[in-house]
Amino acid sequence: MPSEFNAANFYKRLREDGQLTGIRCNACGGLSPEARPMCAACRSFDVAWHPFSGRATLSTFTCISVVPDYWGQKGYGRNNPYCSGIVTLEEGPRISARITGVDGANPQSIRTGMALALDLADLDPERPSLAFKPA
Amino acid sequence: MATATRKRRLGRQVAIVGAGLSQFGAFPDKDSRDLFVEAFQDMIQTMDQPIDIDDIECAYVGNYSSDLFETQGHTAPIVADWLGMTPIPITRIENACASSGSALREGAMAIASGMYDVVLVGGMEKMTNLPTEGVTDVLASAADGLYEVPAGLTFPGIFGAIAKAHMDRYETSLDHLLKVGIKNHNNGALNPKAQFNVTIRDLMERRMARAEQRGQPVPEWQTELDFLNDDRANPWIAWPLRLYDCAPITDGASCILLVAADIAHNFTDRPVSLAGIGQASGKPLHDADELTSLSAAKEASRQAYEMAGITADDVDLAEVHDCFTIAEIVASEDLGFFAPGEGPRAVDEGRTALDGDRPINTSGGLKSKGHPVGASGVGQVVEIYHQLRGEAGERQAKKSKLEVGLTHNVGGTGGTCVVNVLRRE
Repeated sequence: MPSEFNAANFYKRLREDGQLTGIRCNACGGLSPEARPMCAACRSFDVAWHPFSGRATLSTFTCISVVPDYWGQKGYGRNNPYCSGIVTLEEGPRISARITGVDGANPQSIRTGMALALDLADLDPERPSLAFKPA
Repeated sequence: MATATRKRRLGRQVAIVGAGLSQFGAFPDKDSRDLFVEAFQDMIQTMDQPIDIDDIECAYVGNYSSDLFETQGHTAPIVADWLGMTPIPITRIENACASSGSALREGAMAIASGMYDVVLVGGMEKMTNLPTEGVTDVLASAADGLYEVPAGLTFPGIFGAIAKAHMDRYETSLDHLLKVGIKNHNNGALNPKAQFNVTIRDLMERRMARAEQRGQPVPEWQTELDFLNDDRANPWIAWPLRLYDCAPITDGASCILLVAADIAHNFTDRPVSLAGIGQASGKPLHDADELTSLSAAKEASRQAYEMAGITADDVDLAEVHDCFTIAEIVASEDLGFFAPGEGPRAVDEGRTALDGDRPINTSGGLKSKGHPVGASGVGQVVEIYHQLRGEAGERQAKKSKLEVGLTHNVGGTGGTCVVNVLRRE
């Protein structure tokens, strides 16, 4: 059966609704921030869109100095590292995200465990990515 | 019992009777097929008895991305042609940096099935055609392109995040990571095939001598750690990982000859048996149960230990997938050599050094030997083969008992892990 639960719609919702919308499994109740056509926990196909609050904590991170071409064109690189990491959403699951509003050149100033909020400020409509900033 | 947890065994036993490696490094004039021929030549010239190449019935070649690195797809039949082996069946296996680990597994199962007796398996990668940024992009494509890559995570970035999580959870320091690199370069300096056939101390002293020759201020480095902690000498790649925490970009190839164990003695009096094989899949780091461990490595090693009928304590030495220094520490814990969080202390105490009780990466590892990603898994097996046969020369592990060796080959950031247990017969 055709499914609407995919990354294209995840990023469309992020862009148009300004919300992190993943899926909830109607069979086991499990949540996934990644939009998937099938629940990986209980293998049910009965999933539905689920809005996440956008509140999270920082679980781990890295500050990247050797950057992919895309981020280099945005001004990041050796002299301006950017921060990416893994956040734990308020609802429990984790997801990879950019961490904005922190000093990538000074990793010692960035604290795991800090409270974060979804950041939609510099969303690239052509290539949207999930970002969180200090709450 | 669920089939997923059924105890597995090979239908026939499989032995390794030959092993070859190309030079690892940057070779602008060579294509991956040329490197594979070089590894094959090394293998047949170092085998105990001459072989008839027509006896090779089938082949599997691990290769991550000739498509993006060389704009050449469908590389397996090209290898068969370059080796003069057409029309034997040959298949390319792609599992990122575990491609040749998985190729070996397919070859072993082809023999175990009874279909073939003599199978060539290997791997190759030609990476240096692209600039570093291009290689970074190609390697990043082994991570999840929908949720990890858009978040800016690169390959070093994901391992940097693992390192940070390990530092938060245990008493792991930046110096622990750097010490893994120092140890692996000490080993690689003894490996003539290594891309960086030089110790960190020699690199440091060369830099100081060069500064003096040029009349520039000579850096005041006393120890390797002074050198490695200097931002100018050892820049950040993805904090907390610096340049010397990362395996290099490498061209190279590897191959081994697998045969049914009952005919191994037609080829050598000293075969090495493939006592246990394991392979498992894992999720992206954000979906993993733990941020300080690769679940696929734990599961693959569980399978390999079970098939070989051993425990982690029985392993005499290992080649593990040190694509980054933190990855070696995590591997040493995932494989059960040391308890979680104890990996860094084992490095401090020299337990994993050439003269330690659990030598790891005697070849120099991916860090110093080089990491031509598709070739690395079988490259590890080449080293263990020579170590178990006592023919590793200057870098022969010093411990008296060397019977059981292990290889640990990771694809991507843990999406795949292949573990092999090898035993000297």
